[in-house]
Amino acid sequence: MRNGPLLVTFAVGASLVAIFFIPHHKVQEAQSVLLDWANVVYAFALILGSLSLWASHQRKVFARAEGWIYSLVTLLALAFVTVAGTVQGVEEGTLVNKYYNMVNSPLASTMFALLAFFIASAAFRAFRARNAEATLLLGTAIVMMIGRVSIGEYLWHGFPPVTEWLLDVPNLAAKRAIALGIGLGAISTALKIILGIDRSYLGRS
Amino acid sequence: MALDRRIIFVLIFAATALPLLFPVNLPITPSPRVRAAFETVDKQPPGTYVLMSLDYEPDIKAELQPMSIAVLRHCFRKGLKPVVLTLYPAAPGLVERALAIASAAEGKKRNEDFVFLGYKSGSQSVILGLGESIRTMFPTDFWGTPLNKIPMMKGKNSYADFPLVINLSGSAIADYYIRIAATRYQRPMVLGATAVMATDYYPYLSSGQILGLIGGMKGAAEYEKLMDITGDARRGMDAQSLIHVTIAILVLLGNFALFASGGLRPMGSGGSREGTGR
Amino acid sequence: MNGFETWVAAILTICVFSFLYRDNPLYRFAEHLFVGSAAGYLLAVQYQNVIKPNVVERIAGGNMVAFIPLAMGILVLARLSDKATPVSRWAIAFYVGIYSGIAIPAYMQAQIFAQLADAVKPFEPGWHAINSVLILLGFLSVLAYFFFSAPHKGVHGFAARIGIWFLMIAFGASFGYTVMARASLLIDRVLFLLRDALHVLPPA
Repeated sequence: MRNGPLLVTFAVGASLVAIFFIPHHKVQEAQSVLLDWANVVYAFALILGSLSLWASHQRKVFARAEGWIYSLVTLLALAFVTVAGTVQGVEEGTLVNKYYNMVNSPLASTMFALLAFFIASAAFRAFRARNAEATLLLGTAIVMMIGRVSIGEYLWHGFPPVTEWLLDVPNLAAKRAIALGIGLGAISTALKIILGIDRSYLGRS
Repeated sequence: MALDRRIIFVLIFAATALPLLFPVNLPITPSPRVRAAFETVDKQPPGTYVLMSLDYEPDIKAELQPMSIAVLRHCFRKGLKPVVLTLYPAAPGLVERALAIASAAEGKKRNEDFVFLGYKSGSQSVILGLGESIRTMFPTDFWGTPLNKIPMMKGKNSYADFPLVINLSGSAIADYYIRIAATRYQRPMVLGATAVMATDYYPYLSSGQILGLIGGMKGAAEYEKLMDITGDARRGMDAQSLIHVTIAILVLLGNFALFASGGLRPMGSGGSREGTGR
Repeated sequence: MNGFETWVAAILTICVFSFLYRDNPLYRFAEHLFVGSAAGYLLAVQYQNVIKPNVVERIAGGNMVAFIPLAMGILVLARLSDKATPVSRWAIAFYVGIYSGIAIPAYMQAQIFAQLADAVKPFEPGWHAINSVLILLGFLSVLAYFFFSAPHKGVHGFAARIGIWFLMIAFGASFGYTVMARASLLIDRVLFLLRDALHVLPPA
């Protein structure tokens, strides 16, 4: 049952690699079609995820489990936004767009804004110069935090050039090596998938 | 050193609110990378078409919306022709607002001085598709006008027609534009990124794959300074400074207290990991 | 946003910030509301921008080829049933194959060749050569650190130790910038509360 999907992966993957080298417009159009199909598969995967979310919260509500009233809030919000967005659309001026600006947008922004508090608390508790390497990391972080903002330049005019040097030399070197490593890893993983060596994405047999 | 974390939270909130209420207007000096981004846009001759991809949602608009407004105003002031699109579903409202603010400030008109293509799902597939045909990806603009009916879009249909690409992004979309637009299609590119991501793109600056980098709210403030405008980025810089100083002092206090109590003994270097030998 | 919408946004913002004191019903309400709204919005957008133009409208227009992505989408939904899960592998295989195929030449060109070409370019003239040497040294030593197929001993071990130092500087820089990013998000929310909700600050 797995050989068919493995052949599909190989055929599709090898085709996309080959298409990179063939600039003919008909071939590139074929690539666009395949990518559109992949977007549809992704959209249905999101539907699957939402159905799982619905099922899990519905179980809690029906069982009157602890916190079931919050699950009801989730279900109502999910149902309302999905139905209104599907029927009316999500463009500027629609109900869902107004709801998004009023509810989703501030909630998303504020959830992320909480991180500022937690990063301060975590840094106070856990950021310790326990050895030479940690001291180097700590020192660089403090120089960056002070040097890259206006007050750093105000306190000492040497801060900006020092931070620029840290970014342009040691940071660049390390990030280049990391980027190369990521690139090599991504290529080897992609090759293993296309050639059927890595089959983990198909799940258990 | 025991300190209730709620005290830390109060300190951070005070460090944010007080400078907003009582601004000091500390000086802002543009960094070389932001200056490079500015000069790349600035040296384009009037009438140059610029493909701008503004890819962010409300959760990161704090950093990227002021950047978008500043860069759009720069394009308008130089007489450039931005063709704007977005690859984030919740971005069109934000992008439309940025265009409205920038075009009103510089006296520019939709479909004569700029075009907004709207949102298209697919990220990589769209970025690849722009290399072949913009009209296949975006048959109409955001407001439903067919591209063939917009005089500004006459003869413009792929990366080849855009001497400059600008991407302001808070995600892997930046990597896709670097791989596809900047490297495969050899388009000169300027990148604006959130501060979390900015340090990762220095290798691409060095290799010339991107010509300038605007990083985070600070980068946006520097760009506003170069443009001689005051937006939310510049307004937030005093607060940014005080928050950073507060966190730095907290970290140093924590280390000092631990060291003073004898709980922190320098152990020398940590030693490198042993390889597997395979 | 009008006055009512601003106040709803402000109240929800305070609900989330209340978590800083402790977990409480207001925060849990806001959190669950966010989860449902975000998932619903994502679904609505995917329907309007992907399924409707690529499947519904094409099939309605007589394009039978559009049944192929529809069929693959339905195969993905088969994962809802344990017995039918194996058929979803066809759709997953297609999706994974697509993006694996795109990745290989893209990473090769942009991250391998371009970065290696820049790494082996001649040194800058004058005093800048010191920076060029440091960049090359850092690049090679970090690569040495990440090579775990041989033990970090001898010359390799020494190079790996140098690599760790460069990594610590890079991660310190990243931490500093991460603090900057998080602070920016907080500044935006406080600016919204002070300016748009409470009108304590003048409008933008």
